[in-house]
Amino acid sequence: MFNTASTTPEKILQMLAALLLFAAVMGVILFIAGRFGGRKGDRVVAYLYLLPVILLLAVGLIYPGLRTIYQSFFDAAGDAFIGFDNYSTIFTDPDQLTVLRNTVFWVVLTPFVATAIGLVYAILVDKSRFESFAKTLIFLPMSISFVAASVIWKFMYEYRPDQGNVKQIGLINQFIVWFGGKPVQLLIESPLNSFLLIVVMIWIQAGFAMTILSAAIKAIPDDIIEAARLDGVNAWSMFRKITLPSVQPTVVVVLTTIGIGTLKVFDIVRTMTGGNFNTSVVANEFYRQTFNADNQGLGAALATLLFLLVIPIVWYNIRSLRQSEAR
Amino acid sequence: MTTATPVTTTPPLAADKLSASQIAKKRLSSPWASLAAIVLAVLWTLPTFGLLVSSFRPERAIKTTGWWTFFSNPTLTLDNYRGVFGEDGGVNLAAFFVNSLIICIPSVLIPMSLAALAAYSFAWINFPGRNVLFLVVFALQIVPLQVTLIPLLEIFVNVNLSGTFWTLWLSHSTFALPLAIYLLHNFMREVPASLIEAARVDGAGHVSIFFKVMLPLLTPALAAFGIFQFLWVWNDLLVALVFAGGGDEVAPITLQLANLSGTRGTAWQLLSAGAFVSIIVPVTVFLLLQRYFVRGLMSGSVKG
Repeated sequence: MFNTASTTPEKILQMLAALLLFAAVMGVILFIAGRFGGRKGDRVVAYLYLLPVILLLAVGLIYPGLRTIYQSFFDAAGDAFIGFDNYSTIFTDPDQLTVLRNTVFWVVLTPFVATAIGLVYAILVDKSRFESFAKTLIFLPMSISFVAASVIWKFMYEYRPDQGNVKQIGLINQFIVWFGGKPVQLLIESPLNSFLLIVVMIWIQAGFAMTILSAAIKAIPDDIIEAARLDGVNAWSMFRKITLPSVQPTVVVVLTTIGIGTLKVFDIVRTMTGGNFNTSVVANEFYRQTFNADNQGLGAALATLLFLLVIPIVWYNIRSLRQSEAR
Repeated sequence: MTTATPVTTTPPLAADKLSASQIAKKRLSSPWASLAAIVLAVLWTLPTFGLLVSSFRPERAIKTTGWWTFFSNPTLTLDNYRGVFGEDGGVNLAAFFVNSLIICIPSVLIPMSLAALAAYSFAWINFPGRNVLFLVVFALQIVPLQVTLIPLLEIFVNVNLSGTFWTLWLSHSTFALPLAIYLLHNFMREVPASLIEAARVDGAGHVSIFFKVMLPLLTPALAAFGIFQFLWVWNDLLVALVFAGGGDEVAPITLQLANLSGTRGTAWQLLSAGAFVSIIVPVTVFLLLQRYFVRGLMSGSVKG
């Protein structure tokens, strides 16, 4: 039951066994909880209900997190204590500086461009006849994996050498050729390639921004819009003076949410370039250092850095969420 | 923070009233607005469409001409799909497809049940340490997976679970708990206290209140979390790479697609068909249950 299942029936059996085992554990917890009544028994029930969660979180999140932070002060093999050396490597080594530079590109560009496109699109299709269909089209990339999205875009960026009979099969290069240019190795030219990878993330995240912002736009009270219309406000001032201020708290949440997701982007970089040609970012470099370069210490430091970078964004996000709720 | 109220859910659609001024405005701005919207929609759809068309073209055609030439010279084939399900060439996606399902089902059901019980405790039972514990669970949402993976892998190796589905079930379930508890807790707090009190007066314990009062009301929240988690697990690459990267036996379809893209990056006949086989499930789930998914997304805005 705890071995590697290799045939399909074995796999299904193992899954059913696991679900049964889980159901049995839950059954025991509920059975014991059912025997306690009254206000004093409440405590026992609460702790019983929380027991599996506390166990899983302690073993699966808290301990590993602390352990990784601890490991980040050790060398590549994880044996010798080296203080902050891994962190100084991240901030001085030329390769690592490229990684940091790329991460900054990603985290600055993706949230702002995706949110801008999402906001514009949400306004454009608002109350139109095809609204829900139009929104589904943009939102669809959100449901597919980053890996599949990367395959889709790799095909867009595909390059064929510029020789007599060879035709382009990637749409972008075909456009370049149609406009009289020479085909470009889009995923190899740096820093162009990093920006082209960012396009994939924007493509995915714009739908998220659009959906959340569309809900916020619909929440603007009708009488405000009506009053502005009666005053003869044109479309642009309507956007600047009414729509934008009304959805501003939501914009902040969308920006920060996309920012956090972008910070941890790994699948796109790994699938499209493997982090080669100067395209690596912190999350990808963590994987590369840990598993390919066998530098556990540096990998742990990169993971910890990721954690540290997420905290201020989340803190800001929660603060603005609470402010907007207080209104 | 213990009283964190739920993130705004989609408000009801504003009534679609057409006033005279609105009609005037529409006449003025509509053509350009529609054009811009169509341009964006086309730009967003074209990449997927191109690969979809390619997945039905013969291998030779994909590799020598652009997919847009399909319309002047249409040739259709299902060979590519046969190719990704064929035994020859070692790209049998069927096994990986099954793996994805086997990974997903427990990884959705386990955290869902555990979180429902925990959320109930936090929402409706008074016990010492409740606020501190809830704060800890809430804060754990921001922990990026990356910081947990290596120590977790060591644990799995030590207890002889490495290379099995258990690694994926346990890790996905654990990672999902903070968000699930937060989401379900917010939902449960909105249930009127009088309902719970009435049940208690009738002599119901916390087990029967949970099943008879709470669970029926909880369905939309469970659906929201379930879909969010299903798409998350189905689309995951990082966790799969770390815990199932060694062998094909437990690798999900995203991992196999990523490997194909890495090792056979020019085999577009396989990559195009493979990509669509891998997205058919999440896209179907998404299209059918979009409403719940949006709700889950909105609540997950601080997930790390």
